[in-house]
Amino acid sequence: MAMFVSLRCVSANFPSVLPLFSRAAQAPSSRLLWKACSPRTLSTASRLSAALKFTDKHEWVRVEGGVGTVGISNFAQEALGDVVYCGLPEVGAKLDQMEEFGALESVKAASELYSPLTGEVTEINQELADNPGLVNKSCYEKGWLIKMTIDKPEEVDALMDEAAYENFIKSIDN
Amino acid sequence: MLPRMASVSRFGFALRVPRESLRNVILGAARQERHASSSESALKKTELFEFHQQQGGKMVEFAGWSMPVQYKDSHINSHMHTRQHCSIFDVSHMLQTKFHGKDRVKFIESLIVGDVAELKDNQGTLSLFTNERGGIKDDLIVTKTDQGYLYAKLKEFKAAGHDVDMEYLDESLIALQGPSMAQVLQPGLSDDLSKLTFMTSTLTSVFGIQGCRVTRCGYTGEDGVEISVPRSGVVALVERLLANSEVRLAGLGARDSLRLEAGLCLYGNDIDETTTPVEATLVWTIGKRRRQTKDFPGADIIVPQIKAKTQKKRVGLVSTGPPVRQHTPILSPEGKKIGEVTSGCPSPCLKQNVAMGYVEAGFSKVGTPLQVEVRKKTVNAVVSKMPFVPTNYYTGQ
Repeated sequence: MAMFVSLRCVSANFPSVLPLFSRAAQAPSSRLLWKACSPRTLSTASRLSAALKFTDKHEWVRVEGGVGTVGISNFAQEALGDVVYCGLPEVGAKLDQMEEFGALESVKAASELYSPLTGEVTEINQELADNPGLVNKSCYEKGWLIKMTIDKPEEVDALMDEAAYENFIKSIDN
Repeated sequence: MLPRMASVSRFGFALRVPRESLRNVILGAARQERHASSSESALKKTELFEFHQQQGGKMVEFAGWSMPVQYKDSHINSHMHTRQHCSIFDVSHMLQTKFHGKDRVKFIESLIVGDVAELKDNQGTLSLFTNERGGIKDDLIVTKTDQGYLYAKLKEFKAAGHDVDMEYLDESLIALQGPSMAQVLQPGLSDDLSKLTFMTSTLTSVFGIQGCRVTRCGYTGEDGVEISVPRSGVVALVERLLANSEVRLAGLGARDSLRLEAGLCLYGNDIDETTTPVEATLVWTIGKRRRQTKDFPGADIIVPQIKAKTQKKRVGLVSTGPPVRQHTPILSPEGKKIGEVTSGCPSPCLKQNVAMGYVEAGFSKVGTPLQVEVRKKTVNAVVSKMPFVPTNYYTGQ
């Protein structure tokens, strides 16, 4: 775990050059750890892990130009099923980290949304009003939920990177 | 036997049963014995468990059973497929019981509100077990057979322990539901399905599998049957049905949204020991003769309610915007709390939210504008008649 922590600290200092999350691009966690031991490959690994950060509530956040884009993970959208309604906050809403900021609703269930970071909502994804299914079809791209300011950058570092999140899912899926 | 699908706080546990329904305790006790050798985990498995997994069924815990909530099809696709074609549901977790002996009708009538004596051979009815306070202990379908026993397919049966001649059927139960059911099933039956009307039953072979009881009933609002089939034949039967491209598998998720659109109650959500058949607007289940004889549990409370008004009444609600789930407060137009939603979901067919719940009787008229409080915001809703989506039962006309 210590490895992951240090890796995340480093990676947070790199700009994201891999904006699109891709399952194909993900390395097995063991390989990622091993790579982290070499300074040269560290940057490769950090580029991967800088792309998306995850909470244990299955939200992701991608930090670009000081703005955080927030959505839910593929695991979460699969568990929820067809999203038919997105309850999102108003622009200007101030959120604390882990504060509930809305809910996604499928036919079978409602799932509350928790802010991965402390900050102010700067934009919501207007397309979801007419097409909430984007959350299922494209959870890491077109199905993003909100954009927010990042008031406490250190919170980003403490979130899970992709590999850690994959391990986390494995631990709860069994 | 359907799960409560209310607001679930976190992913990964999309379905939860809030409390172990009493019927399942009984059912579990009966089944546990039979499955004792094969039960490695605490969860009970139907004969189709491995088949469900092979078919991509997403298994969830439901009232002590491991049941598929959905398969590879999305919930909405599965729901719509049932309305337009037909789907197989494994409902083997429901208790099936036979009663023998000449006093069997008298015995069952001592527990339920229906008129069993009046049923014709091979005819069934939905009925209710009641308690001494007039509350509903469980619902069930009871079928009178010409086989010398009373065949009771007990959806929820709490009366175990009575010293009666009673036999649990060690059989699987599947439902085939949807408008193309008859077209799919007829080639496998010697009986003429056009003569098997809603809530009637026949003992027959289905696609060569002997000893099946086919009852024209279900819980989706569609035409359909439930087939009680020997466990040794259930996989073969399901495979045979699935060979027809009209047929797909459907899980608990679709079953819940289908029954809600059909305005059908889920025990534990919409009816329980604190609601009477009159409050639940299930007066039709109380046999005319039984209203005179008043010899079922709670009759002293229930029968007078039929003429007098009850304080609360079960109604249907329709709204747009955020979906309305169980425990959502129902408000008067002035904002006073007048009741609570007992189940609700976004309707895949209607593309608006449907729900049922109890309100003060003065607000129960169809068309009454009300409000519901969803996540601290009030949303307009209207009292609507149920079923929300027209039912399609086969009455033979």
